[in-house]
Amino acid sequence: MTSPISHGFHGRRPDAGAAVKLPPGQYETHDFPVLSAGPTPHTPLANWDFTLGGVDGASARWSWAELEALPHETITRDIHCVTKWSKFDTVWNGISIDTIIEAGKVKGITSAPFIVASCDGGYTTNLPLADVTGGKAWLAVGYDGKPLPAEHGGPVRLLVPHLYFWKSAKWIRGIRFHDRDEPGFWEELGYHMRGDPWKEQRYTGDA
Amino acid sequence: MAESTSASTSSARPIEWRVATVAEIITETPRVRTLVLDLLHWPGHRAGQHVDVRLTAEDGYQTERSYSIASPPEAARISLTIERLEDGEVSSYLVGELRVGDPLELRGPIGGHFAWSVKDGGPLLCIGGGSGIVPLMAMLRHRAAATDELRRTIPARLLYSSRNWSELIYRDELEHLAAADPTLAVTYTITREPPPSWAGFRRRIDLPMLEEVAWPASSRPHVFVCGPTPLVEAVAEGLVALGFEPQSVRTERFGPTGA
Repeated sequence: MTSPISHGFHGRRPDAGAAVKLPPGQYETHDFPVLSAGPTPHTPLANWDFTLGGVDGASARWSWAELEALPHETITRDIHCVTKWSKFDTVWNGISIDTIIEAGKVKGITSAPFIVASCDGGYTTNLPLADVTGGKAWLAVGYDGKPLPAEHGGPVRLLVPHLYFWKSAKWIRGIRFHDRDEPGFWEELGYHMRGDPWKEQRYTGDA
Repeated sequence: MAESTSASTSSARPIEWRVATVAEIITETPRVRTLVLDLLHWPGHRAGQHVDVRLTAEDGYQTERSYSIASPPEAARISLTIERLEDGEVSSYLVGELRVGDPLELRGPIGGHFAWSVKDGGPLLCIGGGSGIVPLMAMLRHRAAATDELRRTIPARLLYSSRNWSELIYRDELEHLAAADPTLAVTYTITREPPPSWAGFRRRIDLPMLEEVAWPASSRPHVFVCGPTPLVEAVAEGLVALGFEPQSVRTERFGPTGA
């Protein structure tokens, strides 16, 4: 379908540098908007843990101190929210999911082709393993040189910057492997199973 | 009318772009207009859902934004209520330039979490700030369209925060709805410039205000909170402090994102 011209609409063109960084339908923001479906949880670090679960029901657990002892990386990436904003060159600190999976192997957890991340507050999201391995995803604990604020998902959120940001689950507490791609919270409610912003995979049925 | 919006993975029909025509424009406040749209083959929506709007300039440049649907599922035409944001690329066009008869491209409905139907029952507690009233109004209009008998079983309360009296959206309609319905209570808080004789709340929503206006958590209301992030954070945290189950509090936040 050809889009009708919005007569009198001129728009604010991104400059050439921003234009190549903006996926279709997105605009650049310099704020960091907060989006979530419910209240912000506040789990004390003393009670916080992270669980990696296998298809067979086995699980491995890290306390906050054990997680902090794993190697950290600083990552600079553009992020893209399905609500249309994109923010460029955001700086995070965290632990690569590759590191977590390797550490899980040592604890007897075997990987599978899909994962579901689960969070404080009941949120879940699903991802193919291929989208969180090979240096593409992190457990982020820091933002802009500081501990990650609770409203942005602290103490720990998943960071998968090459997909729409609902996949970067806030307040993450665990990852479980699955043999099949099982829809998470927004995916059950009509959002796309994968969510590639460059293919504009916002909703169920988008290419 | 589509009753279920959980587009499950088995039905992978895309949400198609459609071209609506602006049938009517209602000025709500100096910065807010409602666009009433003619639209063929609308699949129906639940109160609280939104649409994506796409604008196209002469040279093909496009941009998209999301707007809550203001009309209830029962309305013959869908309407969007839009606030002109400071420097808003899309909202300044929709509020300032768009005319009756113009086309408007959109797709939806979108979102199934911040949504309510009379079938979900009550009580219904709506808390909003500024243009965050829009999806809540769709819920109150939907409730108002139910039979008297059904509506009486779903008591509803609205707590609506606005900077000024003149910026309250839907004020006359809300007065009307509340006057005609003893099971609906509407409470305003005017945070900056209340009218001279104002006897109501005149501060940002806080814990004592929530305690006074909301039902106790034990009555297990359906709670919907929509507005700017600081308001939503304060209200959601306040409700949790009052004993509400976090998962019973549904939130939608409007950031000042240049939309």
